[in-house]
Amino acid sequence: MKVLMFGWEFPPHISGGLGTASYGLTRGLAHYDDVNVLFVVPKAYGDEDRSAVDNIIGASDVPITRKQVKFEDLQKKVDYFEVDSSLIPYVGPEEFYKLTQQKVSSRSRFIQTDSEGRLPFTGKYGADLLQEIARYALVAEVIAQENEFDLIHAHDWLAYPAGIAAKKASGKPLVVHVHATDFDRSGGSVNPSVYAIEREGMEAADKVITVSNLTRNIVIDKYGIDPAKVVTVYNAVEPVERKPRLGITKGVDEKIVTFLGRITMQKGPEYFIEAAHQVLRRMDNVRFVMAGSGDMMNKMIKRSAQLGITDRFHFTGFLKGDDVFDMFRLSDVYVMPSVSEPFGISPLEAMMSDVPVIISKQSGVAEILTHAIKVDFWDINAMADAIYSILKYPALPKMFKKHGRIEVDHLQWRHSAAHVRQVYLSALGQPISNSNA
Amino acid sequence: MKSVCLYFQIHQPFRYRKYRFFDIGNDHYYYDDYANETILRKVANNCYLPANKVLLEQLKKHKGRFKIALSISGIALEQFELYAPEVLHSFQELADTGYVEFLSETYSHSLVSLFDGESFERQVKDHDDKIETYFGQRPTVFRNTEMIYSDDIGDKVYKMGFKAMLTEGAKHVLGWKSPNFLYCNAVNPRLKVLMRNYKLSDDISFRFSNKGWNEYPLTAEKFVNWMNALDKNEEMINLFMDYETFGEHQTKDSGIFDFLKNFPEVALNSGEFTFDTPSEIVDKYQPISAVHVPHPISWADEERDLSAWLGNELQEEAFGKLYDLKDRMLRCTDPVMIKDWNYLQISDHMYYMCTKFFSDGEVHMYFNPYSSPYEAFINYMNVLSDFRIRLNALVPESETDREIAALKEVIDEKEDRLTKAEEELRNLKKKLKEAKGATLPKVEKKKTTKKTTAKSKTKSKSN
Repeated sequence: MKVLMFGWEFPPHISGGLGTASYGLTRGLAHYDDVNVLFVVPKAYGDEDRSAVDNIIGASDVPITRKQVKFEDLQKKVDYFEVDSSLIPYVGPEEFYKLTQQKVSSRSRFIQTDSEGRLPFTGKYGADLLQEIARYALVAEVIAQENEFDLIHAHDWLAYPAGIAAKKASGKPLVVHVHATDFDRSGGSVNPSVYAIEREGMEAADKVITVSNLTRNIVIDKYGIDPAKVVTVYNAVEPVERKPRLGITKGVDEKIVTFLGRITMQKGPEYFIEAAHQVLRRMDNVRFVMAGSGDMMNKMIKRSAQLGITDRFHFTGFLKGDDVFDMFRLSDVYVMPSVSEPFGISPLEAMMSDVPVIISKQSGVAEILTHAIKVDFWDINAMADAIYSILKYPALPKMFKKHGRIEVDHLQWRHSAAHVRQVYLSALGQPISNSNA
Repeated sequence: MKSVCLYFQIHQPFRYRKYRFFDIGNDHYYYDDYANETILRKVANNCYLPANKVLLEQLKKHKGRFKIALSISGIALEQFELYAPEVLHSFQELADTGYVEFLSETYSHSLVSLFDGESFERQVKDHDDKIETYFGQRPTVFRNTEMIYSDDIGDKVYKMGFKAMLTEGAKHVLGWKSPNFLYCNAVNPRLKVLMRNYKLSDDISFRFSNKGWNEYPLTAEKFVNWMNALDKNEEMINLFMDYETFGEHQTKDSGIFDFLKNFPEVALNSGEFTFDTPSEIVDKYQPISAVHVPHPISWADEERDLSAWLGNELQEEAFGKLYDLKDRMLRCTDPVMIKDWNYLQISDHMYYMCTKFFSDGEVHMYFNPYSSPYEAFINYMNVLSDFRIRLNALVPESETDREIAALKEVIDEKEDRLTKAEEELRNLKKKLKEAKGATLPKVEKKKTTKKTTAKSKTKSKSN
């Protein structure tokens, strides 16, 4: 079967879990001879020509780049489209405004729009993001008309309208993949237009894939989706042998505890700081690192200064690619205190680097991991206790390294892909059969 | 006639409260009183009280034809004192019938037998003292925590003055042999070993209320029929189980109390069986052969080994760190410290750290107040860290320790020299007397000098 997949990131332009997940899944699906993937992403990075942002959009105006991506170890190719657009993953309309705002300052082109008197208001760019999505949907329609496929698979809300449009144009079944909902991103204060798009996508879908039971429950309870069509498929992690880079070694003989992720409400950075404060009151040879960036970063810097721990609490800013793995290599404990985490791949990556992990019970990954310490995100005492214990009692890291590695090695994308493939078959109304990878 | 040996284990751990690392050095109270009390009250109402009532009736009714053996850990007795004195009283009523034998074990239901002879002995003595206080009998048969047994432990136990020991009739130990005979220790044949018939015991303790079991429902008649079907030459049936089987693991509505009530009657009426306590069995039968158990066995899980308590790194670390303190604890006389030390050794703490989730996970989860072994480990190590700080304050850490030991050695040496000098002085005085009187024979004089040199030699060796 041929699958038309709408995503929003593809390597090398990956900014977080979703790009990794959709890439991993595509790669996993490549193990199956009977599944061919046609991948469409909005091009959000490295693009010289951003003029399209202000143009009037017509389907024929959209430049589409077609590429073929070849996986190194597999004799298979995945067709891959880039749609030129300014869609940026993980953002709500408000944050989108901030991000583009930063770019405006370095681009003279945007100043012209300022003369039209519309720039200072958030409404303009907020509306723009929704426009972008609509435009992506138009493009999707074009692609759907021009290509042959059996099934549509759309990753997360920005791509749902594209999925729906493609379904309308082709009449093929639609599978939407919920990597996160606006309830996770916003911490409860849901944006109604985003919610509407999400709900529309889920309702239009023939099958909904959620990344955990946590998310599945949200989809059923908050979006009112029929439980029968919602299936949980857990994410996995790509086993990669990374050789330690030269010159990256720990400069001090101290323990390092790491938080890695966007510094936003969803990720619970404030709980990490409070726990760090607790631990630092009892231990001195330990440092805390908050790696990442986000709208709560300044607040967090302020808080760490307030607590008087800045000599032991460090901010690295946004880390990319190999830096992430270097950070893991230096870490003695990885903490993911997410308030609401649909899945959370980063603990798996940490475990692959032999780093013991502490994860919040409010994360999807907690449903499948046994060799991790699980705490409630708000329970800073438990979190501090867990951090302290891993640093203090050597048997714990020893156990985690030994069993964690084995556990994480079993979480492979090909297994997730096998599950997704079964969802495809049931969406197509075909009997479920096992195909050899 | 076969002997039926019924034995029940009674134990309840003291559970720790959530003890965070910031409590270390600040708060020295470790226990979750609420959980301990509610659980004990629950088990008392579901199991101890109703089961004791049934047993008391039966013991009285059959007037010595029905007998049982019990072992109650010191920790459980302490909890009865605290939370349910009426349970203690009802056990005393059972003891008063004269048909109940109390067995010995370690005070803390601990794993100390695997570790250290001296502490082991001390704990057993503490336990037996307590049993004697409450029930007026001193145990002569030993039952180790969770039926843990090995040749070495058996030998130690014999040397402590016990004539027999109970253990699991583990398949990998017995092989083709039957548990329904009396065995003896391979190192020290004077210690007799009773092997648990795990098939028949587990039929009651595990399978009784299992509706998926093809023998469900189990009645006393059916069970006695199975006992009748055993080989005629076999001598005994050892039914050893957790007392919580009655009313707790197998609930009241499963009919377990009716079973307990009917079983003695039906077994006695068949005319094929007598009830005997372990010490009676030891007097009645001759061991059929020695049983070789080089590696410790237990009655837990599929493996019947120690892996539930000492099967992973967490448990080994905790166990090692705990018994690192034992030498200093032997010198500690503070009653509160000794109490906390006893509670630290409770084997359940190690059990909570078990990572064998998958095969026996169900049983493990039932007993476990922690949601993961890691949590259990963290909590335990925090408590242990605090305990250690307190111990350091009372019994100084090794540096000073060594200094004191060194000084003591010097004193000993000097004392030795002093006694030698005194002896010499005495000899010289004697010689002087002899020289003056010149009456004593020479032989005796030689003897005394020899003795003194031998004595001084052994003394210098011990230094």
